[in-house]
Amino acid sequence: MSATRAVAPPARHAAEPVRPGRSVPTVLRHLAFATGAALVVLVLSYQLDSFRNFQLATVAAYLCATAGLTVLTGLCGQLSLGHGALMATGAYTLALVQNAFAERGLTAGGLLILSLAVAVLATVVVGAVVGVAAARLRGPYLAGLTLAVAVVVPALTVTFNGVFNGEQGLSVPMAPAPRALGPYFPYERWQLWTAAVATLLCLVLLANLVRSRYGRAFRAVRDDEVAARLAGIHVARTQVIAFVVSAASAGLGGALLAVLAQSVSPGAFGLTLSLFLLMAVVIGGLGRLAGAVWGAFLLVALPDLTHSLTSLFTLSPAAAQRLEGNLPLAIFGVTLIVVMIAAPGGVQGLLSRLTGTLRVRWRHHRS
Amino acid sequence: MEDGLALHHIGVRFGGLTALEDVSLRVCPGEVVGVIGPNGAGKTTLFNVVCGFVTPQTGSLSLDGRPLRPRPHRLTRLGIARTLQGTGLFAGLTVLENVMAGATHTARAGLLPALLGLPRSDRDERRLREHALTVLDELGIATHAGAAPDTLPFAVRQRVGLARALAARPRLLLLDEPAGGLGAEDVDALADLIRGLPHRAADPCAVLLVEHHMDLVMAVCDRIVVLDFGRVVAAGPPEAVREDPAVVDAYLGATVEAERSEAERRHEQ
Repeated sequence: MSATRAVAPPARHAAEPVRPGRSVPTVLRHLAFATGAALVVLVLSYQLDSFRNFQLATVAAYLCATAGLTVLTGLCGQLSLGHGALMATGAYTLALVQNAFAERGLTAGGLLILSLAVAVLATVVVGAVVGVAAARLRGPYLAGLTLAVAVVVPALTVTFNGVFNGEQGLSVPMAPAPRALGPYFPYERWQLWTAAVATLLCLVLLANLVRSRYGRAFRAVRDDEVAARLAGIHVARTQVIAFVVSAASAGLGGALLAVLAQSVSPGAFGLTLSLFLLMAVVIGGLGRLAGAVWGAFLLVALPDLTHSLTSLFTLSPAAAQRLEGNLPLAIFGVTLIVVMIAAPGGVQGLLSRLTGTLRVRWRHHRS
Repeated sequence: MEDGLALHHIGVRFGGLTALEDVSLRVCPGEVVGVIGPNGAGKTTLFNVVCGFVTPQTGSLSLDGRPLRPRPHRLTRLGIARTLQGTGLFAGLTVLENVMAGATHTARAGLLPALLGLPRSDRDERRLREHALTVLDELGIATHAGAAPDTLPFAVRQRVGLARALAARPRLLLLDEPAGGLGAEDVDALADLIRGLPHRAADPCAVLLVEHHMDLVMAVCDRIVVLDFGRVVAAGPPEAVREDPAVVDAYLGATVEAERSEAERRHEQ
């Protein structure tokens, strides 16, 4: 457990304060929150240009994966170095299903929902298999297993060339935006809407789960397995549930990435992606869905940032390309170390501490 | 009567080491039974056998006359709860959540209602929360419900551990060194509490107690079982056990050592 413990500080702020007599159903509260977020995205989709729309859609796709990972690693204490591969599972499944539809002349846009569902289902199956194995392993052995998944899955796409088309990958045929939106409706805005709706639904489900007894069981298992068993919690089953839920989220994220890029290739889902996801989740604030949001933004913003950083210097094109390829990982690594030292609770931990202080000051000021 | 928990001729060996040999004991409803013995006498192994962490090589267990094959996560379902040495609390959960976790087996809503946030799951949670608050109130620590365990004094944390076990509504409570690390006043309060457990208005429970603290054991137990080198060397009411020459020999000779190790442990803390 020690390896996992090292990255999982006690999620004190995730602890629910005592609020007796609340009667608004959890699902309504979370749906209301999601509706608010959807309205913000809607406004932004008209305010931002096409490229930013596309970037925001990519944030949404990554957010599914980081949210799932933060539940698994932050709440249930299971380290996964394989979430990039689970994203690949979702992405490739979606590509295969979309291609199968296209070959049969089925081009209705609504079929995308079915494709996404199949992609999530496929990832659930893979996640269940890995999860059952993972529930038997702890610490470095668990890391090793998930690392193997991260390496094997992209390699499979090359081995089974006929199905996955090797390094080239697959193209993903997508229906255009609905005609009702008008002929000049930017496709990127439609992409953002699609990704945002799927991601918000995913977040609502995760938030419901985290607030339920399962969320409590996740944290209990993370903190003390013996005590959890004596409290009547089936540790292995709880860990498998966490893994499957997390895998499903990652699968949806991967499928959305495929929808956005309209193509999938193994290069996009390498070990680096898994490491990036983990670092993003830790920097954002492990074990918190809000932290996963910061992490997802970081995942999209950082390559952008390094691009503008390298363009500040006059470099040979080859050197610039090399630098751009490696700089994000380096910056991510350094940020991770700084965050671990300065704010172990991540960005979200820092924020909730800040708002806590402000609230106390405000109360003090008023009285 | 076959009511309660019974151990029949339990034997446990770890490699060449005999941890328990031919140990039989019974805890009937309404009873407080103490298990004492020097360090390494097999007290904790005995608990681990009852909880299913250790499978005995010989002998059997029964609960209310039916054979018992314990598995740790099924215990609370059978009406048995156990506290852990130290406190064994979940550091990342509030006091209230810790106690709610103890009542996990009473939750009815499955994964789907939880995922969808359905009212059924909410009702479950509200019921667990109210039950947990009742237990915290009974133990006089309801004011700490929202606190993180790490921020509380040891005596309070120890009560939270007790509350978590009681939240499972056990018919039999296993207490693993509940007085460890407590001051004299706290031990007295704990003694009153343990004596009251079989007579609680709601969910009365029998108690099986493993403890080093002789005064506590003598004060609360109806019967005492003395272990030494994995064997039962004496059993009976406190006054009889206290006089037993075998006990004086085996146990009191070792109390000095036990107290020394206790002092060392406190020093380390």
